[in-house]
Amino acid sequence: MSKPDTIILPAILLANDLRSGAVVFRTKADGWSRDAALALVAETQEAAERLKGEALAAVNRNEVVDAYLVDIAEGVWPPRPNHFRERRKITGPSAGPHAVLTE
Amino acid sequence: MYRYDEFDAAIVADRVAEFRAQVERRLSGQLTEDEFKPLRLQNGVYLQLHAYMLRIAIPYGTLSSHQLRRLAEIAERYDRGYGHFTTRQNLQFNWPSLVDVPEILEKLAEVEMHCIQTSGNCIRNVTADHFAGVAADEVEDPRPTAELVRQWSTFHPEFAFLPRKFKIAVTGSPQDRAATMVHDIGLVIRRHPDTGEIGYRISVGGGLGRTPMIGRVIRDFLPKRELLAYLEAVLRVYNAEGRRDNKYKARIKILVHETGLEEFRALVEAEYARLDGPSVDVGDQERARIAAYFAPAALQARPQAQAVLDRAAARDAGLAAFVANNLFPHRVEGHAAVTVSLKPIGAPPGDATADQMRAVADLADRYSQGEIRVSHEQNLILPHVALDDVPALYAALGKAGLASANAGLITDIIACPGLDYCALATARSIPIAQAIAERFADPARQAQIGAVGLKISGCINACGHHHVGGIGILGLEKNGIENYQITLGGDPGLDASIGERLGPGVAAEEVPDVVEALIALYLTERQSPAERFTDVVRRKGVAFFKPALTQTQREPSDAAA
Repeated sequence: MSKPDTIILPAILLANDLRSGAVVFRTKADGWSRDAALALVAETQEAAERLKGEALAAVNRNEVVDAYLVDIAEGVWPPRPNHFRERRKITGPSAGPHAVLTE
Repeated sequence: MYRYDEFDAAIVADRVAEFRAQVERRLSGQLTEDEFKPLRLQNGVYLQLHAYMLRIAIPYGTLSSHQLRRLAEIAERYDRGYGHFTTRQNLQFNWPSLVDVPEILEKLAEVEMHCIQTSGNCIRNVTADHFAGVAADEVEDPRPTAELVRQWSTFHPEFAFLPRKFKIAVTGSPQDRAATMVHDIGLVIRRHPDTGEIGYRISVGGGLGRTPMIGRVIRDFLPKRELLAYLEAVLRVYNAEGRRDNKYKARIKILVHETGLEEFRALVEAEYARLDGPSVDVGDQERARIAAYFAPAALQARPQAQAVLDRAAARDAGLAAFVANNLFPHRVEGHAAVTVSLKPIGAPPGDATADQMRAVADLADRYSQGEIRVSHEQNLILPHVALDDVPALYAALGKAGLASANAGLITDIIACPGLDYCALATARSIPIAQAIAERFADPARQAQIGAVGLKISGCINACGHHHVGGIGILGLEKNGIENYQITLGGDPGLDASIGERLGPGVAAEEVPDVVEALIALYLTERQSPAERFTDVVRRKGVAFFKPALTQTQREPSDAAA
């Protein structure tokens, strides 16, 4: 039997809003927000599994699309994903008319 | 320009209504994302990193001023005030809301535009030489052929679910500016060497992406009247034999490679013999009807215009540089096709703001018969400008921030959106392009270097055509950091070649240094300014340029991007 995948912690839940496509974060209030500072952080495997379940449920409720867990740096706030792709996803493009020059 | 007939208008209107209903069903939960995704992709709607993206077809890169104004309006009203012109001569909006897309499609349909077949495993937007109908060396204007192929391939029921996407390009000139040799099918209009009859040389199995290949000539000459039936035969063989078990081996190039050209050709010829050609091909009358939409622009020769422009350029160094780089000779004396560079130093390649789109539309009306072209090099073209109008045009472009005199030079960089926008990307492209452009910003230095063909892709899918760049740059991820592989010696022309890797990848901040070192070696070695960068790579080999990599690499950095 294979072991269940271990989720890298701490983690947050990212998605895109179904209607607008905007990047949104699962919040402590069981909702979605564009503000990363409101993101719910899973600090344990159990909490991360719950977030995974919420991701599936929210997709099934047609609230969001492409929902997935993202591991973040410890002790950094607002949350900073460990991978540069997700850092870019939550900050916006680094070039062009709407460039966000810092992460 | 081609104008919709009642059938075109009806099918586009029907598609808009159909997609509106599909979006409503998605938002109400009647369709899941898995069910909806293929439907939205068939209408050009992607989900990218930050938002949805809408890709709008610009068939063979031809736009009217009226259409460009509508694109500007959509950019302002439904997006964030700008759009991105792509290497398939299309336009992408990066920020539309899904709920607005049906309305956007309605606005597009009003000006005879749509997003049909800009995604999915179907025949995509047909591309063509952006100097079509202008170039003096043209055997024939490729746009009527491209339009014929567009009509044949749009909603073709047999080819709606191919093993993978399928791209066709057409050129009517021996100077291939449409990169036909790196397309699934490349059409080169040519004369039969014995009879002088006009027909096509057809290549098949070219492509970029993770397995770049140069197309193979499957028919050296096909009579013009037989085109659609022959294309149908090629597509039928591909549809039946192409792999569907592995998307990375599903393009026709893999089938041609694995089958072998001779056997593939035999399969196509057998299919061609079986099918009822006349029921697929169109007659002379229909071809003439389509060609009439592309009648040569009504221009009168202006024998004195060159002297007027020369006098103006002699007084203005900026204008002189613009004339030297951004004008392409027109077949009608005293005229030129003018490239409006979308590569100002430090800006994202291919982007235009709504104000800039309106400015170009107005200038097209004033100076270019209301017509605009989009090049696969991500620039705009005003195809029919009188030479004595160029000084005024240049001044007006300057006011719109569009007078960069760098067409074809090292800062005229092709770059995909990369990880700044694209969900598939593994690294950013735009900041690399910006950094290189800033490094080579000096116009005199650019002029000294000449044409290089610098192309950047943010992932192996190669939307930035890096494989056929004289200098190609491919952004990848290495150990959690953006890393860039450099290839040399690519060429998109009829004498096409795939670039060869220079060596290990380099960090983002090292790329401009490496490019600078490559250029220094090139300038030292070239025998004359006419010897292009790729020519020197072919003559000396990639090994000659390897010191550019070793000399410029820094100590490993822990600075994550």
